[in-house]
Amino acid sequence: MRTLNNTLIFILVFIMSCFQAWAQQPSAETILENVDRNMSSQNRIFKSKMVIHGRRGSRTVASRSWAEGDEKAFTEYLAPAREKGTKMLKLKDKLWMYAPKTDRTIQISGHMLRQSVMGSDLSYEDMMEDKKLTDHYAALVVGTEPYDERICWVLELTATTKDVAYARRKIWVDQERAIPLKEELFAKSGKLLKKLELKDVVRLDERWFPKRMLFKDVLKKGKGTEFIIDEIEFDQQIPRHIFSKAVLRK
Amino acid sequence: MIRFLIRGLLRDRSRSLFPILMVAAGALLTVLLYSYVKGAIGDMVDSNARFDAGHVKIMTRAYYEMADQMPNDLALLDNQAVLNKLSRDYADMIWTPRIKFGGLMDIPDAQGQTRSQGPVFGLGVDLRSPDSSEIKLLKLKQSIVRGRLPQKPGEMLISETFAQKLGLNIDETATLISSSMNGSMSIHNFTAAGTVRFGMVALDRSSMIADIEDVRLALDMVDATGEIVGFARDMMYEDNHMIQVVQRFNQSYQESKDEFAPVMVSLSDQTTYFRDILKMADSIGGIAVGVFVFVMSIVLWNAGLMNGIRRYGEIGVRLAMGEPKGAIYRSMIFESICIGLVGSALGTALGLGVSYWMQYYGLDFSSMLQKSTILISSVIRARVTPTSYYIGFLPGLFASVLGTMFAGIAIYKRQTSQLFKELEV
Repeated sequence: MRTLNNTLIFILVFIMSCFQAWAQQPSAETILENVDRNMSSQNRIFKSKMVIHGRRGSRTVASRSWAEGDEKAFTEYLAPAREKGTKMLKLKDKLWMYAPKTDRTIQISGHMLRQSVMGSDLSYEDMMEDKKLTDHYAALVVGTEPYDERICWVLELTATTKDVAYARRKIWVDQERAIPLKEELFAKSGKLLKKLELKDVVRLDERWFPKRMLFKDVLKKGKGTEFIIDEIEFDQQIPRHIFSKAVLRK
Repeated sequence: MIRFLIRGLLRDRSRSLFPILMVAAGALLTVLLYSYVKGAIGDMVDSNARFDAGHVKIMTRAYYEMADQMPNDLALLDNQAVLNKLSRDYADMIWTPRIKFGGLMDIPDAQGQTRSQGPVFGLGVDLRSPDSSEIKLLKLKQSIVRGRLPQKPGEMLISETFAQKLGLNIDETATLISSSMNGSMSIHNFTAAGTVRFGMVALDRSSMIADIEDVRLALDMVDATGEIVGFARDMMYEDNHMIQVVQRFNQSYQESKDEFAPVMVSLSDQTTYFRDILKMADSIGGIAVGVFVFVMSIVLWNAGLMNGIRRYGEIGVRLAMGEPKGAIYRSMIFESICIGLVGSALGTALGLGVSYWMQYYGLDFSSMLQKSTILISSVIRARVTPTSYYIGFLPGLFASVLGTMFAGIAIYKRQTSQLFKELEV
């Protein structure tokens, strides 16, 4: 009975909010700017783990990353033992990989950036880049929907630049916290490529940020990948050597 | 009457020798043509089986669905247990695990930086275990161009063309960049022990072969394998037999809903290409028989006509003495049956002899196949099968009778009223 009451209250609040939101709806650009304010930064340093739920079971890959915009990123793998010490450096559209077992630094061609990282549902671009949505997409508000018990703007984003992995995105943005809670990522052909759910939204300094993301590459069989951020710092002083090839063999 | 006719054939060699030789030659050619084409197609199938499909192949169901993509993340686990079971339940076959993979081959310079790089197709096979059958199966010793077979861990064979393209020399290190069984990027160093050339562009363009244990280490596939291939011990592929093996194996996993349960497929099940080749191999017998019967019937018809002219007087006398035309026609057909039987038996015996010789020695086409792109051996051998024993026999008999039947029609055209006038001549 209590659950029923809660549901009715939520629906009532949602309907009222929709009317209110419709009356005071901000522009799509404003919503996107607010999203960027939360999700993007000048740079970030984070320690994360990927729990990859494959067709045969799950495994966890831990890493520490330094990223600056969408041009510079450096990741060092911490676990499992087989991957420990593997380092990846991305500078613009070039990717270098260092494997301690072979003591080799190998440049990987640009198209690899859209390949899966460690068999996960994330691509190197998904993991290593921090692109501002406002720099690459034009947005349109197409509705209001509840998602995860939050009231969301539904935005359709169309790419305005060519160097993006997803030509179209549909995102559900929490109206109150300006944080995407769900995304559907499409290819230029209109084919759905990935689904993304953003969970465990927390307040970090002046921004809201999701500490857990569920990626599902719909073209892959498997149960998706959880990307969990254990530690994250925004807008820090990152030493210049971090984004140099010399760091790979250190 | 029968003894009379046979005695006639033996005494009048011009009546029997030429037709017997004709039938024998036809039967010999039919047996040889059938056996050699069967052997050539069998050889093509054999090469494909050795390097790719096996006579049967075992994969997981999930791997089989995407086999073209070499999805090692869907590989068969507990490789040794499966191999043990196969060796126990199907002891009359050779079983060997293989891992196929794709990736990049990267050659370092003195500073460890990329000097050259190219896409590679790799094959992990059992090269180092003492009872390995792979060196023979893949004919590796005959294919070595430079260097030697891998003997130590971490060594590989690389195609000569690819090694030249990359500028890789023997005993130099090359780095394989591929995808591990978990989907992680894997980077592993190999040392080039030797270079090979198989005479097949698809393999020679950019391939590497390494011991399966090294490939397992590189791709993180502990006791896993992409495929287990099985071969009949005599290396002769019999589709019906292999289909029975497949049915028997798959029956034991019929109830399982696991997408990683093993599934066995025969060579002919793996691609429509093989099925077409096998169909061609099957129909070649019919084609050979059809051509033989057609050509030999015409030749023997002609021989019968010539014989009829030569025996014009004899047949006229027999008709004048009151022997019915039908009786003469039947006696000639009986003679042709005797000729067909003797000629076919002789031709089949000679054909089998030559075919067996060709099965053992074969014909060496290596000088003509220098730039060949097809998966076929340079020495093409005949293959004698049970069909070889009768393929020339029945049509030899049939052609002989048919030729006589055509020629014998002339008997019915003789006018009794004109016989004496004709016999006066």
